[in-house]
Amino acid sequence: MVVSEPSDARVDGLFHALADATRRDILRRSARGTLSVSRLAEAYPMSFAAVQKHVAVLERAGLVTKERHGREQLVRTDPDAVDGARQALDELELAWRGRVDRMSDVLAHDAGAGDDTPTRGRGR
Amino acid sequence: MSVTSIDKDLDGLSLTLVADFDAPMERVWQLWADPRQLERWWGPPSHPATVEQHDLTPDGDVTYFMTGPEGDRSRGWWRVTSVDPPSSLEFTDGFADQDGTPLEDMPATTVRMRLTEQDGSTRMELRSAFESREQMQQLLDMGMTEGLQQAVGQMDALLGG
Repeated sequence: MVVSEPSDARVDGLFHALADATRRDILRRSARGTLSVSRLAEAYPMSFAAVQKHVAVLERAGLVTKERHGREQLVRTDPDAVDGARQALDELELAWRGRVDRMSDVLAHDAGAGDDTPTRGRGR
Repeated sequence: MSVTSIDKDLDGLSLTLVADFDAPMERVWQLWADPRQLERWWGPPSHPATVEQHDLTPDGDVTYFMTGPEGDRSRGWWRVTSVDPPSSLEFTDGFADQDGTPLEDMPATTVRMRLTEQDGSTRMELRSAFESREQMQQLLDMGMTEGLQQAVGQMDALLGG
């Protein structure tokens, strides 16, 4: 994950949010796919309201977003859309830079190891 | 010399790359057109690619798999949309299941590649784009889910949770 320089307050919020085993579990579950708060509540020996509070802490820390869908409240991890595009393109860039480097290597290797072309020495 | 410039378009969800190679155009084309050469650069060193089908004709398919450090295989495919040897190639690159059947609902990228030669060296202009924002997000979520699971797992270990 690419994380921009976080402020102290944001870091405090993150650590507070992650300092609880239930909240870490909620985060893990919602990272696998969108889940409703009521489905989450079934997974823990606590009230719906208590689960809702845990979700609110995660939401304030920016780790999940909540969205109303009919009568259900859906929870999901949500990287910011623009950061998402930047991250996806950064990954694409890394992949293609690596490929271009390897293409150069293949060309250089073949030029050095193939028939002795006088214009390209072995010791490049 | 390799990568000369890279431009990223956040709105168009695309990447444009210019690279210059000290080799004739026909030689650079072979990097794409010869499956054995393609295998030498397509996958990262940790995930070398093995190319099975390789049909660079319009509507032709290229199928490949990449072998990870644990021996795990991930399969992919290209569908060629346009080809003009030895100067241009356009294709869609996507994921396939373990039998090599394209997973149509998995994110794909489109790649447009063009070669030009000047004084014995070759310029490669390449545009790689996500097909939609949804697909891009899906790709990110796949990676992020893994990263996040790992991070949270480490936290559990640290905090004894």
